Amino acid sequence: MTAIEQTNASLGQEMRRNPALQFLGRLFREKPFGAAAGILFLIFVLAGLFADVLAPYGFNEINPIQRLKPPSWAHLFGTDNLGRDLFSRCLYGARLSVIIGFSAAFLATVISVVIGALTGYLGGRFDLVTQRFVDAYMSFPELVILIAVVSVVGPGMPQIIGVLSLAFGIAGSRIIRGAVVSVREHMYVHASQSIGASTSRILWRHILPNIMPPIIVLFTTRVGAVILVESGLSFLGLGVPPPAPTWGGLLSGSGRTYMFQGPWLALAPGLCLTIVVYATNVFGDALRDLLDPRMRGSR
Amino acid sequence: MSEADVLLRVDDLQVHFPVHKGAVFRKQVATVKAVDGVSFQLKRGETLGLVGESGCGKSTTGLAILRMLEPSGGRIEFEGQDITHFDKSSLRPLRRRMQMVYQDPFGSLNPRMKVRDIIGEPLEVHGLANDRKAFDQRIAQLMRTVGLLPDMADRFPHEFSGGQRQRIGIARALALEPALIICDEPVSALDVSIQAQVVNVFVELQQRLGMAYLFIAHDLAVVRHVSDRIAVMYLGRIVEIAARDEIYRKPLHPYTQALLAAVPVADPVVEATRKRVPVSGEVPSAMNPPSGCRFHTRCPLAMDRCRQEDPTLRDLGAGRAVACHLHDMAA
Repeated sequence: MTAIEQTNASLGQEMRRNPALQFLGRLFREKPFGAAAGILFLIFVLAGLFADVLAPYGFNEINPIQRLKPPSWAHLFGTDNLGRDLFSRCLYGARLSVIIGFSAAFLATVISVVIGALTGYLGGRFDLVTQRFVDAYMSFPELVILIAVVSVVGPGMPQIIGVLSLAFGIAGSRIIRGAVVSVREHMYVHASQSIGASTSRILWRHILPNIMPPIIVLFTTRVGAVILVESGLSFLGLGVPPPAPTWGGLLSGSGRTYMFQGPWLALAPGLCLTIVVYATNVFGDALRDLLDPRMRGSR
Repeated sequence: MSEADVLLRVDDLQVHFPVHKGAVFRKQVATVKAVDGVSFQLKRGETLGLVGESGCGKSTTGLAILRMLEPSGGRIEFEGQDITHFDKSSLRPLRRRMQMVYQDPFGSLNPRMKVRDIIGEPLEVHGLANDRKAFDQRIAQLMRTVGLLPDMADRFPHEFSGGQRQRIGIARALALEPALIICDEPVSALDVSIQAQVVNVFVELQQRLGMAYLFIAHDLAVVRHVSDRIAVMYLGRIVEIAARDEIYRKPLHPYTQALLAAVPVADPVVEATRKRVPVSGEVPSAMNPPSGCRFHTRCPLAMDRCRQEDPTLRDLGAGRAVACHLHDMAA
């Protein structure tokens, strides 16, 4: 046998531990900012989940005496023009916004990956025809389509999730397709084909793991975008119907009307929105780096 | 050569790529004849070196034999079966018998897969990985076979050097114990110091396991080391094919002579005084090959006949064949 090339042997002797714990350890060690963002994000999810328990008041509890009060110990974020506690409303808003943001962004990413991977990998006429439909879709102003569709299916959370995931999913498929086309040309895909691997296996084992970075980035940017577009729709009265509080609704409803009398009305939901969107982006970036084996051990 | 020994028989193989223009009203404007009439045979356990300059169709020949490309004409016979136009389902069992080793040791391994999964992929694809313990043992065995430590199985490709990565690629090709491995410039991307090691891996494995190689390369020194016979390609055709020692001792085709003369000698004194056969000009386009002999535009010995008449690959006996009018007359 010819000389065996030795590499750093200590690497291989790393202790075998629970892979999930190992991953968490790496997250905190290598990406402290990402970990912080993840925790921040988790806090919002939990806050939304346990809004019933945490909220000091009901989200629609009107108190005419306590109208437009600035933040105080009784009302952490102040009250709105009807005397409703803004902190409670933001908590319930977290539930709606996070549910909508995540489920719609997740479904949108799944749709993008399915369309993008199939058109990108299979190519040919199928790609040509499908992507022309995507072109046609993208050449319309998004809001016009959303308004048209929502006015047909009516406002409400499931409809909003469905419409937004479809809208963002179709638009995002182009990004995934581009990534797939570049990965498809790698020799390891060719090697797998020459072994006799099936198309589904190649897509699943070779293409998908190698387009994870754009998928994660797509997903995390979509979370923010979906929450924002949902607030736009709420503003137009096409989102989740009031009195259910969404951050977008809070921002565009009382927040905008009483901007000067009660600036906290816009600040509180606006900051919630900003923090969640920012946290998902930072967390997504950290995740993308950690999932890349080539980044392992660096930094 | 007895019939039973023949593993692969390629007969007048053609691979033409149509060149289209226009997206909606597509029309074929030209044809690139990447491979245009290649014939050879390969015995079990034999190595045929396939040499030629870039773009002469050697890799395309390899891909067509592996049936990753659809041949436009001719016939490919492998283990007695005509596989020229096999469809996807009939190709599957064939994939176990023929494997490929690629040029680029970085691009040919999926960076997101562990070495174990890369080497084991052929086993999984062909349903031979059901017993986890046997699978792990097989991986370890394959890794030892190519000179890698089995405890590296859980690492990712980026943790290995170029030479080690190429060994991983070889282990993957060996996993199904194929009868034929097509090596597409398997060492040309490696450092010269590593090339020798990897070439020796190929030679040793053949001695132990007895598979045949179609060894595609442009480095004549490497080809000389591994091959039993050598075929020289030029512009989609084989111009000369002969036993290794024959071709190096007495190259017959002017192109072979030029190729061999272009190899520098490692002795500066000899190098300064040795005779060279210069070949001028560029390789003509495969879209529009020259009339007559394809090499006549660059051949120092071209005659009138070469411009008009296409020389066929003539058997000169003893497994030697050449496509040149000069040797037509001699024969």
